[in-house]
Amino acid sequence: MTTGWTREQMAARAAHDIPDGSYVNLGIGIPELVAKFVPEGREFIYHTENGMLGMGPPPAEEDRDLDLMNAGKKYVTAVPGAAYFHHADSFSMIRGGHIDVCVLGTMQVAANGDIANWSTGEPGAIPAVGGAMDLVQGVKHIFVITQHTTKTGAPKLVERCSYPLTGPGVVSRIFTDLAVVDVTPDGFRVVELAPGITFEEVESKTGAAILPPE
Amino acid sequence: MINKKYSSISSAVADIPDGATVMVGGFGASGAPIELIHALIDQGAKDLTVINNNTGNGEVGLAALIGNGQVRKMICSFPRSSQSRVFPSLYKAGRIELELVPQGTLAERIRAAGAGIPAFYTPTTVGTVLAEGKESREFDGRTYVMEPWLQADFALIKCESADPAGNLTFNKTARNFSPLMCMAATTTIVQAKKLLAAGEIDPECVITPGIFVNRLVEVPHPAHEDTLIAEGRSYP
Repeated sequence: MTTGWTREQMAARAAHDIPDGSYVNLGIGIPELVAKFVPEGREFIYHTENGMLGMGPPPAEEDRDLDLMNAGKKYVTAVPGAAYFHHADSFSMIRGGHIDVCVLGTMQVAANGDIANWSTGEPGAIPAVGGAMDLVQGVKHIFVITQHTTKTGAPKLVERCSYPLTGPGVVSRIFTDLAVVDVTPDGFRVVELAPGITFEEVESKTGAAILPPE
Repeated sequence: MINKKYSSISSAVADIPDGATVMVGGFGASGAPIELIHALIDQGAKDLTVINNNTGNGEVGLAALIGNGQVRKMICSFPRSSQSRVFPSLYKAGRIELELVPQGTLAERIRAAGAGIPAFYTPTTVGTVLAEGKESREFDGRTYVMEPWLQADFALIKCESADPAGNLTFNKTARNFSPLMCMAATTTIVQAKKLLAAGEIDPECVITPGIFVNRLVEVPHPAHEDTLIAEGRSYP
């Protein structure tokens, strides 16, 4: 019986790999949970690309400030020492290599570090990219949190992405419900297995060659 | 003494012609100049190209302008959201054009226009379908894509405080694209929550210097898109 990591445990595992004092940008979905699992004794400064450093947790509904939103257009708070700025400054922080870690969800990630998380490329779909392509090109370390397979069991870690790319060769580490996986010059390599998960199971659910833990 | 104040919102937007390119400040609901957009709906200019990060929500503000058939083309980074229905239905019916621009490239193209820089190189989109057909060049062994500036005839902007010279302050994340758009438009029209006297904004605290602002109107109690949607409102 497969056990593996829950969404919360995946987020906590990713948080464990972010150094103290990092400037961090969190994508929408499971990545947002990372903020709940900052390891004891560490402080991360959260960047939200619509224009704030020092983003805090969501407020109670009655404490909402209608002018204080995050990039997912949800109401948030500002921690003491926060800063506001316009979009050109915000994306200078991203493109200029000033943000240390970005944690993203994805549709597919390839063994060469390619990521596809913005479009299925289906005809008639309305394309929407937001800041994803800026983030993957500019942030120093791109982490991905994702279920190992889709709801129908198809691998999300693949040899080559079939969906349109967000960026080529940019992902460094992947946190799934089954394992922590690095993108290396030799392709995927398991760094750590989730409790109760075997390497053979990870291998069978991965759509590319994958190396066992060193 | 210079005073950029206009007596009414309608007079501030009266000369926006058919076919104009109009930048609209705001990121989602925060910073959206609802009163100026609604004045543009009343004014009726058509065939507009509109630049905003999104395409509006519900049936108010930018979504209402689009829904009223006044917009020929949207230039934006994220044209859909959980509450956007107007743009998606027109787009699927082939009745509105879309130029999709990554968010940071959108911001920098606007900034470049204000700064007098006709094009720049960025790593964003390299290796993706959005770079297809664009000029690229290598610098220090890395490939970059050329992006042109993005100019506009008018900008519609919401700010917190303004003084008669057009110096502006913003509130929190409602700032977003607005200072860039003020620079990039030929004529920048600003709705301010507070119109203050000269000297009442500390020069150290000015976010947008007045040289980038042409017209001011006071809207002391601006509507907020999320509130209007929650109330089930539509415009006109």
